[in-house]
Amino acid sequence: MFRFILQRIFATIPVMFVVAVFIFLMLRLSPGDPATVIAGDYATPEAIARIRANLGLDEPLPVQFVAWIGNLLTGDLGISIFSNLPVTTLIAQRVEPTVALACTTLILILVVAVPLGTIAAWKANTWIDRTIMIGAVLGFSIPVFVLAYIFIYIFAIRFGWLPVQGYVSPSVDVVKFVRHMVLPTVALSGFLIALIARMTRASVREVLDEDYIRTAHAKGLTERAVLMRHALRNAAVPIVTMIGIAVAILLSGVVVTETVFNIPGLGRLVVDAILKRDYPIIQGLIIVFSFVYILINLIVDIIYTALDPRIRY
Amino acid sequence: MGSMFRTVLRTAAALLPLALHVSSSASAETTLRVVPHADLKNIDPIWTTAYITRNHAYLVWDTLFSLDENFQPQPQMVDGWKTSDDKMEWTFTLREGLKFHDGTPVTSADVITSLERWGKRDGMGQQLFAATETLEAVDDKTFRLKLKSPFGLVLESFAKLSSNVPFIMPKRLAETDPFKQVPEVVGSGPFRFMKEQWVPGSKVVYAKFADYVPRKEPPSNASGGKVAKVDRIEWLYIPDPNTAMNALISGEVDYYENAPADLVPILRQAEGVKVETLDPLGNQGMLRFNHLHPPFDKPELRKAVSYVFDQEQFLQAGVGDPAFWQKCYSYFACNAPVGTDAGAVKQPDMAKAKELMKTGGYDGTPVTILQATDIPVLNAAALVTAQGLREAGFTVDLQAMDWATVTSRRAVKEPPGKGGWNIFFTWTLAADLLTPLATNMSAGCDKAWFGWPCDEKIETWRAAYPRATDDATRKDLVERIQERNYTEVLTHLPIGAWFSPVAYRSNLSGVVKSPVSLYWNIEKK
Repeated sequence: MFRFILQRIFATIPVMFVVAVFIFLMLRLSPGDPATVIAGDYATPEAIARIRANLGLDEPLPVQFVAWIGNLLTGDLGISIFSNLPVTTLIAQRVEPTVALACTTLILILVVAVPLGTIAAWKANTWIDRTIMIGAVLGFSIPVFVLAYIFIYIFAIRFGWLPVQGYVSPSVDVVKFVRHMVLPTVALSGFLIALIARMTRASVREVLDEDYIRTAHAKGLTERAVLMRHALRNAAVPIVTMIGIAVAILLSGVVVTETVFNIPGLGRLVVDAILKRDYPIIQGLIIVFSFVYILINLIVDIIYTALDPRIRY
Repeated sequence: MGSMFRTVLRTAAALLPLALHVSSSASAETTLRVVPHADLKNIDPIWTTAYITRNHAYLVWDTLFSLDENFQPQPQMVDGWKTSDDKMEWTFTLREGLKFHDGTPVTSADVITSLERWGKRDGMGQQLFAATETLEAVDDKTFRLKLKSPFGLVLESFAKLSSNVPFIMPKRLAETDPFKQVPEVVGSGPFRFMKEQWVPGSKVVYAKFADYVPRKEPPSNASGGKVAKVDRIEWLYIPDPNTAMNALISGEVDYYENAPADLVPILRQAEGVKVETLDPLGNQGMLRFNHLHPPFDKPELRKAVSYVFDQEQFLQAGVGDPAFWQKCYSYFACNAPVGTDAGAVKQPDMAKAKELMKTGGYDGTPVTILQATDIPVLNAAALVTAQGLREAGFTVDLQAMDWATVTSRRAVKEPPGKGGWNIFFTWTLAADLLTPLATNMSAGCDKAWFGWPCDEKIETWRAAYPRATDDATRKDLVERIQERNYTEVLTHLPIGAWFSPVAYRSNLSGVVKSPVSLYWNIEKK
C-alpha cells in the first residue's frame, strides 16, 4: 500500500509537467496581452512595448517557460502582473473561503444525500422514493445561481435573517462565519445532493437484489443492520467515486456561488485573472488545482481498499 | 435514541435565533462601505490609466490644482501663484501644513519629480513638458516653471481631472521608472491606504489621515476642501450587480458606485436608498474605423456609416432607460463648454449612405467588427452596427471576443484577413474629452490612436490648441476640428453619451458631484 502511494505521488510529477507546459502554451498562444490592459486605452505602442519589456513578456517563450518552471520548483509561483503581489500570497488570502465553502457543502451533501438515496432505495417505488426522486430532479434542474437569488430574496431581503453576501473567517467570528455560509452552502449543494442521492439509490437498489442480502434477512437481521452493514457498504465504491468527483466539481464550480454571494475565494481569483490576462495567477492556480485533483483521486483510491477488501494495489 | 434526537432538536432551536441574529450595525458607524465600479488591481495612477486606480489615487494623493464644477482650475495644494505678463514663467507656492502619510513634509522637490514622472506617461503632460524649458525648485515651498514656447493650458494640465492625473508623490516614489509600479502607497491626501488589509479582488481599506489639512472652500467637483468625515472607507468589490444591489438594499453596504440602469427601478423603490447621477458629463461612446484597410480607407465609406444610424439605436440597446442617456454628436465633452454640434450628421439617411457606398466604390469587402461580449454597452453597439451595415448593403464579419482580446487585436495593423479589423467600439469618460489633445482625437497617421487616421489639418489645429491663450481661438479650433472630422476624416464616429447612476443609503449626506468618484465630504449618520 505504502509503495502504491509512493508510486502515485511520483506519477504526479510528469502529469504536473504536462499540465505546466499545456497551460503555459495555452495562455501565451491565446489572444490578449496584459501590457495593453495595463497601459490603458490611449497608450502609445512604445509605452506598451516598455511595459512588456518590464514584465519580461518580450523574452522568447522558452526563456519565459524555463524561468517560470525554475521558480515553480522552488515553490515560487511568481508575482501578479497587476497587483504586484506574490501569487502565493494571493492564493493564501483566497484559499480559506473556498475550502470552507467546499467543506460545509461536502458535509451537507454527505449528511443529506447518502441517507436520502439509501431511504429511496429501501422504499423503492413507494411515495417516499418518488418524493425524494422528484426533489432530486428539481435539484438537478434548478441552476445554482437561480437557487441562490431565490434564497437571497427570501432569507436576506424579505426576512433579513441572513446576510446577502460576504465572508467572515471562523477565526474572526464563528457565528458570523456560520451565518455567511448558510445560503451559499445550501445553494451550492442542491445539484450535488441530487446527483449523489440518485447515485446512492441506484447502487443500493442494485445491491438489495443480491443473494447475500436475502441471506442476511433470512438470518433474522434487522432492516437497519441489513441496510447499513451489508447494502450500503457494498454499494459504497461508486458512491465514493461520485463524492470524489463532487469534490472536484466543488473546487472548480464554486465560481458562480462565490460570485453571487461575493465570497473572495479561488474561483473568483482565477476568473478575474483570466479577464485581465494575469498569467502568473492563472498558471499558479491551475497548477494548484491540478495537484489537488490528483490528490483527491489518490485519496479516493485509498478509500476503495478500506471499503472493498477485494481491491488491492 | 429518541431522547437524544429531541435534545439535539432543542439545542438547535435554542441556537437558531443566535445564528440568525441580524447584527447590521456591529461595526463602527464611521465606516463607509462602498461597492466600487471595478476591482483595484494596481495602485499606481501613473503606471496605469485605469479609472479605479485613479479613484483610489484621489483618496490617498493630492493634486496641485483641481477642476471645479465649472471645469475651471482651482488651487488645491498650491497656496498662491504668479505668472509673467507673457505667461512664459510661472511661480507656485505650496500651502502650509502639507504632509505625507509617513510624516515628511511635501516639498518642491516632491512636486517636480512627480510632475516629471507624470509628463513621461500622460499625453497632456508630454505636451506641457515639450513646451517647458525648466521646472525647478526655488525653495522648499516654491517652484518655478519656465516655458520655451507658449502653452495656454498650464493650470488645466496641473488640474487634469482624469487619467493620468498629476498626483504629487514623495520624491523617493516619484523617482520610480514610470513604466514600473511604485512599490508603496504614500500620499498626502485625506485618506491612508491600508496595504496590509488589501485583498485584491475583494477589499480595499482606507483610513482617515488625521494630519491632513483641507482647504477652507466647500467641495466643488475635485476642488475645494477634502474633508474626511468618516474614519474608514472600505471598498468591497462585488462583481455581480444583483448581489451589489441586494447588499445595498439590506444595508450591508452604503454606496453603490455604478448601478446598472436596468436595476434602477428596483433601487428607486427600495426603502432607505437614493439614486442619482453625480457625473454631469457622463461617458461618450465611439465607433472607431480602421483607416488603413478597405473598405474604410475611403472617406466616402466612413461617411456612409455615419448616415446609417440614429444614435438612439445604440443607446436604447446598450443603456435602455432614457433617463440615463442622451444623444451626443460632439467629439468633445457634450455637456461641457467645449461641446459643439459643428458639422454633425444627426439624421440617418439610408439613401445617402447607399449613394456614398456607390461613390466610394464599395465592392463587397467584408467589414470585420470586433465585438466585446463582456461589456454590455459595447456588445450592443457591435450588434446594432452589424445589423445596420447589413441593411445598408455591407458584408459584415462580426467577431465575438472578450475586451482583453479586443485591446490586443485593435493594435494589429495587418489587414482584417490577417488578424486585423475594420471597426471596434470603446468609450471614454467625457471628462477626458475637454480638449483636442485627447489621444483619440489624433489624426497623426502612424502616431495616431488605433485606426491610424491621417489628416494634416486636424493635426495642425490640435497642435495650435495648447498654444492659444484665449477662449475664442480655442473654441474656433475645436469647431474646425470637429467639422473637418464629420465632413472629411471621421477619425471615429460618436455614438452617444450615457450616465452611470449612483445609489446610496439615505443616511449618507455630502456626496460630491463629479465625473470621478470622490469620497471626501461624505457623512454617515
